[in-house]
This record gives sequence, C-alpha cells and structure tokens, in this order.
Amino acid sequence: MQPTAPSDPQAAPPPASVLLDRAGLQALLDALAARGFDVIGPTLRDGAIVYDRIACIEALPVGWTDRQDAGRYRLERRADAALFGYAVGPQPWKRFLHPPEELLWRARRQADGFTIAPAPPPPAPFAFIGVRACELHAIAIQDRVFLGGAHQDPGYAARRQGAFLVALNCGTAAGTCFCASMGTGPRAEAVFDLVLTELIDANRHDFLVVPGSDAGAALLAALPTRPAEPEAVTAAEAVVAHTAASMGRQLDTVGLKDLLQANPEHPRWDEVAARCLACANCTMVCPTCFCTSVADHTDLAGIEAERVKRWDSCFTADFSYIHGGSVRASGKSRYRQWMTHKLAHWIDQFGSSGCVGCGRCIAWCPVGIDITAEAAAIRATPGKGPHGNA
Amino acid sequence: MSAAIAPSPADPMLPAPWRVRAVRRETADVATLDLVPLEGDAPRFAPGQFNMLYAFGIGEVPVSVSGDPADPTRFVHTVRAVGAVSTAIVAAAPGSVLGLRGPFGSAWPVDAAEGHDLLIVAGGLGLAPLRPAIYQVLAGSERFGRIAVLYGGRGPAELLFRDELAAWGARADVTVAVTVDHSDPSWHGHVGVVPALIKKMDFDPSNTMALLCGPEVMLRFTATALRGAGVAADHIFLSMERNMKCAIGLCGHCQFGADFVCKDGPVLPYDRIAARLAVREI
Ligand SMILES: Cc1cc2nc3c(=O)[nH]c(=O)nc-3n(C[C@H](O)[C@H](O)[C@H](O)COP(=O)(O)OP(=O)(O)OC[C@H]3O[C@@H](n4cnc5c(N)ncnc54)[C@H](O)[C@@H]3O)c2cc1C
Ligand code: SF4
Ligand code: SF4
Ligand code: FES
Repeated sequence: MQPTAPSDPQAAPPPASVLLDRAGLQALLDALAARGFDVIGPTLRDGAIVYDRIACIEALPVGWTDRQDAGRYRLERRADAALFGYAVGPQPWKRFLHPPEELLWRARRQADGFTIAPAPPPPAPFAFIGVRACELHAIAIQDRVFLGGAHQDPGYAARRQGAFLVALNCGTAAGTCFCASMGTGPRAEAVFDLVLTELIDANRHDFLVVPGSDAGAALLAALPTRPAEPEAVTAAEAVVAHTAASMGRQLDTVGLKDLLQANPEHPRWDEVAARCLACANCTMVCPTCFCTSVADHTDLAGIEAERVKRWDSCFTADFSYIHGGSVRASGKSRYRQWMTHKLAHWIDQFGSSGCVGCGRCIAWCPVGIDITAEAAAIRATPGKGPHGNA
Repeated sequence: MSAAIAPSPADPMLPAPWRVRAVRRETADVATLDLVPLEGDAPRFAPGQFNMLYAFGIGEVPVSVSGDPADPTRFVHTVRAVGAVSTAIVAAAPGSVLGLRGPFGSAWPVDAAEGHDLLIVAGGLGLAPLRPAIYQVLAGSERFGRIAVLYGGRGPAELLFRDELAAWGARADVTVAVTVDHSDPSWHGHVGVVPALIKKMDFDPSNTMALLCGPEVMLRFTATALRGAGVAADHIFLSMERNMKCAIGLCGHCQFGADFVCKDGPVLPYDRIAARLAVREI
C-alpha cells in the first residue's frame, strides 16, 4: 500500500468515522480476499488465540476472552459475543513478516564454480485483521531494524510493503499488559490502513472504522458503511479510556536505559538466573525480538546447496559461540543480555525501547519471570556503577 | 502501508563467486588465499574490514582482509582452520571457487594516525587483520612519527608472515619486536607476552595511536598497559570478535553492549568499550 504523508490539519478535515456492523466486517474480509490479500486474523487453536488464515468472522474467537498473569494464560467465555474481546495471544505478527524459517537462496555447483539464486518473492500480500497498538509499534520497530539501516532485509521489505494493516483499538487489557506505561497503546496511533473499535452492548454490535491511509480509505469506500453518530464516536473513546485504565502492569521507563547499562553486575541478575530456564520462550513470543541464525544444507551429491534463516535466541549457548566457547556461557549473562538489550541498548541502536508492553514474555514464561518486576527490582537497589555504556 | 525505506537493489545476503587464485601455507593450520572475482572488479576495502567467506554447502564465516589495500585486483585472506568452515577454506585448492560477501565493518584509523607515533600490536592470528594497515602506513611512513609493530605468538612455529616481519624489521622507518609465549631451540628473540614489549618501546604517549588485534585477553592487557604508559583511551583502537551470521546488522549475533561488532566494529575505540570489556560474559 502507498505511504500516506502526515496529514496537514489545515489542508484536510480529519478522516470521517463510519460504522460497520458484523455483516460489514465480513464484507471487509471478503473485499481484502477479493483484492488478492492473504487474510490473517485471530482464531482459536490449542487453547490459545493465535493468528492464522481466516475467511469468515465466525472463525474469530467469538465470545472468548483471555485471563493472563505471570506464567499463566487461560481462555474464558465472555458474557457477550464480542469478536475482539481479548488481549494478545502467544503469536506476534512477526511470524508472518519475519517468519520463523525463511529460505535465503539456493546455489548449484557448476563445472566452474556455482550459480546462486535468491529465494522467490512472497506469493500474496498479507492483510492483518486486528493489529493492536502495541503490535503496530512492534512492526514499526522491526521496520527500523530490517529496513532502517545501511543494509535492508529484502524478504522483510517485500512482505512488509505489500501488507494491509487493519488495526484495532483494544477493548480489554490483560493482567500482563503495560502498553500505557510504554507509550505504545492502547490507542492505535502508528501506521495502519484502517482502525477498528468494537462497540458492543445490549443495543448494538458495531465497529467504528477510521481510515489511516489512502488505500484504507479506498477500501472503506467499497464497504457497506453507515455514518457514525456522535454517540458512537464517544463510545469508542470510552472503550479506549477504559482499556487504558485497566492495565494489569506498568513499567517505569524514566532513566531505565542508564540504570540498566550501569548495572551489569547487579545481584538481581544472579537471582533471576536461578529461576530462568533459558528456554527462549520470551524471545519467541516477543514481537520485536529479531535475532536469526542461518543453516547451510546440501543434497547428498553436493550439487545443490541452500541457506535457510531461522529465528534464534540470545538465550541459547550457541548464539554467542566463538571458537573456544560461548561468550555468554551462564544463564545470568543471557538474561542480562536479553533484558538490557530490550530496555536499554535498543534505544541506542534503533531510537526507541525494544519493549512495547505487550506482556507476552510474562504470560508465556514457564516460571513466570516478569520483565516489569525485574526492572523494578534493579531500580529499587541500583548498584554503585559506574560501568558507563556497558 | 509502505515501510519507510525502499529495499536495496542488491540482496546483501547473496554471496558472489570468487576464484582462489593462489594459496600460501603460513603455518601448520593457517593458509593465505588470494581471491579474484569471477565477474566484475574487486570492491575497494579499508584496512580492518572483513568479508564473509562461504565454502559451498558447508557455511559462511567472517574473515578479515589481510592484503594490501593499494592492490585493487583481489582480496587476500589469512585463515586458521579451527572448525568445519575454516577448515574447508584453508583446504580450498587453487582454481576452486568460494562465495564472498563484503567488505563489511569499520576500519583502522590509519589516516587519523598521521602525525602520531604509531604502535601496531598483534597477538596470534591478529597480525592478519592489521597487515593491510601496516602496508598502508609503510607506503607513506614519512607521514607518521615513530612506527612500531609488536607481535606475539604462542611459539615460533605459529608466527605468521615471518619473511615480511624480517623485511619490515630491516627498514629504518619501523621497529619490529616479536615475542613468543613458549620458546624452542630455534628461537633467539623475546619470550613473554606482547604487553611486556610496550615498555621496551620508545614513543611519546601524549601523541601516540595504538592499533590492537588479537585474543580478547591480550587486548585487555595491552590496552591496560598502554593506558598505564599514558596513551589516551580514545587513541587506542581494538578489533573485536563476536559470532556473526549476517555481517549487516540484521541477525543480532554480534552484539557487544549497544554495538553491533559487524557494523559499528570490528574496529572500536577503547574509550567506548573499556567499561564493558571489564565485564565478564557481556
Ligand atoms: C570480524 C572478524 C574477523 C575475523 N578474521 C579472521 C581472520 O582473518 N582469519 C581467521 O582465521 N579467522 C578470523 N575470524 C574468526 C573466524 O570467523 C572463525 O575462526 C570462524 O568463524 C570459525 O568457523 P568454523 O566453522 O571453522 O569453526 P567452529 O568453531 O566450528 O564455529 C562454528 C560457527 O561458530 C561461529 N564462530 C566460531 N568462531 C567464531 C569467531 N572467532 N568469530 C565469529 N564467529 C565464530 C561461526 O558462525 C562458525 O561457523 C574472524 C572473526 C571475526 C568476527
Ligand atoms: S519484552 Fe515482553 S512485554 Fe516487551 S514487547 Fe517483548 S514480549 Fe512484549
Ligand atoms: S525468562 Fe522465562 S521465557 Fe525467557 S528464557 Fe527464561 S524461563 Fe524462558
Ligand atoms: S553479524 Fe548479524 S548483526 Fe552483526
């Protein structure tokens, strides 16, 4: 989709809000599919809400919500039939834009040397349904990682450029959510094509829709919308305000970068290492963690070779291996690397925190390690430093 | 929505085929390879930069350029066989083809060192990534103050480029001092660690630049010795080594504090990294 210039308040009126009912939302999915998009949205699988291909709104987790806490994620029935009445599940959208495994190239041995061909471009562009504010920020962060430097990731660029983002203003916060304190939610404010707010009560079940790009506006024009009455706009505001007020957690980010960079020897790292299993769950579920490794394969004859890129994690011993041993041999050093990178070095590297407050790493840690609690513990008893920009 | 930046035309992860034109055995497990591109010209490189070398079907590893930056026709690499990929590269026969991506990374501040006394300090294989800087310095030695190359190896049999060291040592414009950890009957030179050589050198610490490459412990001790001798922390440059999978800042493996060794390094100023060098496992 084409990028839109930041809107000039003098030049254009703010985009008008319209309403879609349930049938209208189905029309949105149909319109995206008809335009060749691979439509991905939340759906129930294995006791969790995951992102997968969806064709109809009945595939959404209708009437379900989630209850999340440190090391806990459980689905429960809602009293209503809301389509988006839950927070984030274990999968981030990076699973599609930055897939867990990706062929980089294939090579073929020739009489003299070899030829090499890049991986084919992705088949169909993605349309994501229900991208939350924290997730939009996470996508913007991965854009900076993969596209903002001197060298770009061409696979990511292709998938990202084609993607159509239907954002969602969150109507419920989980016990693990802390986007409000990270400045990343719950209102969808980063780049998107359309943004939905679900309005559900005894009298209505509608979706307030606002376009965020020309492509979004064009698509919306083709849908069976009706104008939003002022009460609908007010109700949508109230939804976001209620969600912002019901965050389960918070993280104090003031001075956090300097605090962590000055405390690589803080005793808390030993304490958390005693609990951490170094299972890497936190890095897999995190929507911003971007690390990968590569693996080279050949056929038995040694004629065909390929290189595959896979998600990797700073929690593995191999990650920092250099001949003679791993730089980060201890669990302590790996947890310290993960959290210091996420909350501190990231700011030096990419201009923002690497954490968007989605809470996934807290819910999906098998031993319930909580990044907000770990940061608070270091803040409570900062070491003597000074380690400078360690 | 469009992402902010258009993709670069060339895929930075695609190795290009380069031919092994010549192989010189340096020691029992080290070889120097001359590589020429199958197509097009060799890109220019700056001393201190590295390439990713790919052995067909086996894998790809970072290797510094060890040749003369004034020679635009080839890449010269000096490799020690330590594992699957490096062993395959060391075993590559003349005429065979390797994949190559690069050059990547930061450079030795050779131009900025002009007008200064210059200490080039190498340990073990660390002489290879420093050799391009030595070539460039010696080609215009009148622009520098006193120039010294200090080199330490485990034993005499593991020393690299011994003929060249002797030739440099014979010049009036450079002092060469070589030391080994473990001597043998053939050895008549210094015995001991490289940092110990610093005391024997004549230089003006208030106007000295130092370029260091070698194992991390050697870097730490050498930098400490130089600081003790009065050399400014921002005049000491170290080449760091970390696991690397992409060399372009995308895979995350090479992180060292807030720096990516592949793109912010490998050559980094000591004042920037001294604090984290003192922290174990960072
Ligand atoms: C910037 C830079 C410059 C280098 N220059 C040279 C050079 O000029 N000559 C030379 O012989 N060696 C050099 N090395 C080290 C060289 O990359 C490793 O010896 C090589 O990666 C070992 O790979 P292997 O598969 O043979 O061995 P294994 O020990 O089996 O390694 C397995 C994998 O771990 C990683 N790995 C292991 N050791 C290192 C290491 N030291 N650095 C980075 N990744 C590593 C690689 O991905 C490797 O494929 C350099 C490393 C870096 C980072
Ligand atoms: S660190 Fe945890 S809370 Fe922050 S973005 Fe990653 S998974 Fe979400
Ligand atoms: S913090 Fe939790 S999720 Fe992350 S590696 Fe440790 S045990 Fe696994
Ligand atoms: S080697 Fe991949 S980020 Fe540096």
